[in-house]
Amino acid sequence: MRTIEAQQITDTVARLCMEANYHLGVDMLAAFDHALKTERSPAGREVLSMLKENARIARTERLPYCQDTGFVICFADVGQDLHINGGLLEDAINAGVRGGYTQGYLRASIVEGPFRRKNTGDNTPAVVHTQLVPGDRLCLRLMAKGGGCENRSQFKMCTPAEGLEGAKAFVLDCIQNAGPDACPPLIAGVGIGGTFEKAALLSKRALFRDIGTPNPDAELATLEHDLLNEANTLGIGPQGYGGDTTAFAIHINTYPCHIASLPVAVTIECHAHRHRQAIL
Amino acid sequence: MATAEMRLLTPPLADRDILGLRAGDQVRFSGVLLTARDAAHKRLVAGLDAGQSLPIDLYGQVLYYVGPTPPRPGMVIGAAGPTTGGRMDAYASKLMALGLKGMIGKGGRSRAVREAMQQHGCVYFGAVGGAGALLSKYIRSAEVVAYADLGTEAVRRLVVEDFPGIVINDVYGNDLYEDGRRTYAR
Ligand code: SF4
Repeated sequence: MRTIEAQQITDTVARLCMEANYHLGVDMLAAFDHALKTERSPAGREVLSMLKENARIARTERLPYCQDTGFVICFADVGQDLHINGGLLEDAINAGVRGGYTQGYLRASIVEGPFRRKNTGDNTPAVVHTQLVPGDRLCLRLMAKGGGCENRSQFKMCTPAEGLEGAKAFVLDCIQNAGPDACPPLIAGVGIGGTFEKAALLSKRALFRDIGTPNPDAELATLEHDLLNEANTLGIGPQGYGGDTTAFAIHINTYPCHIASLPVAVTIECHAHRHRQAIL
Repeated sequence: MATAEMRLLTPPLADRDILGLRAGDQVRFSGVLLTARDAAHKRLVAGLDAGQSLPIDLYGQVLYYVGPTPPRPGMVIGAAGPTTGGRMDAYASKLMALGLKGMIGKGGRSRAVREAMQQHGCVYFGAVGGAGALLSKYIRSAEVVAYADLGTEAVRRLVVEDFPGIVINDVYGNDLYEDGRRTYAR
């Protein structure tokens, strides 16, 4: 059995929080460049250039890309043969969030309860999803999830009769409804199948795949491609000022489901798509 | 944006500044912007409803919906892009009645608020959502003027120079989001 120290997890999470907020992924920068070539709307192109410049300033000055530095969502895949010494995994992650957000001059955006809306002051707690996996490693996938876009995420329990067409229509509906509010160009993480909560988790995990890489499942890859094309005919465009670039990507994960059900969850993510991972 | 003329706005704004603006016009703000988002709006309007006088004078002013990140030492402000305007819909009409002339945010407003904008002569501007690092570069100073306990949600007085925006809703009922979608939908 391998052992790692909780402190190592804390230090790693702190670093990932800061990196995610200052450094937009190269896949996103490539998506900006690609869209700049295809976007017809002058206003849309101007927005895309501003976003590129925004990413450059954030990276070089260690200034957050967006002032909403997000709710930290952490997927922790824990090898069954790994032992964590010196504290609980979730505590270690939260200590990392506290450290990263304080030292990194990131915004504290979490309130202690849905009705008692007092800011916790250090952006804790994170939302932690733990899963046991083979091996003796710990894989931490961390996302700083914006509130404006998360507010547009939706779930629908479709019926088996609605099928593929029903699921597609719902995804497009979500993008249409998100409109300018969720800071397009968007990324939609889609979870189809499982149960109510499983679909939601699948939709979040789907966001960790690099933009521009095809779904490993050929059928889903085609579905993603078709949905993306349709989303980009909606006309919403960058920031909703009108244009062809409403979404950068649609990523789908599926799971077996009950004979009675067809759950579809759509996580709406904005262009401030900030995530990082580390394997310990 | 490239087709429209660039307008320079220096709050406090007068009716004539507002009347000349059309959805889609690019603007640049120089001078004072006041900040408020969800919690500050809630408190402002609760004060109004209780008959108290407000800690800030909104007459002719422009409210920027923003909750900035903390500044690093030596900096004026951290990242400071707009937040979703629609969440301020519940409060906006009451503030327009006090003479508020502009709101800067991102995302659509309710029909009721758009109508109130026409009635009171107030314009809703978009700033590029998510461009927090870039937009901070147009802010010359920032000072908390009310509700310091709200932290990032406190009311700040920003002095800006050439801060970029675009008219989303003018006082004639036009809406850039609707026009844009109509133009580019296929
Ligand atoms: S939706 Fe995304 S880009 Fe827009 S303000 Fe929120 S986190 Fe930033």
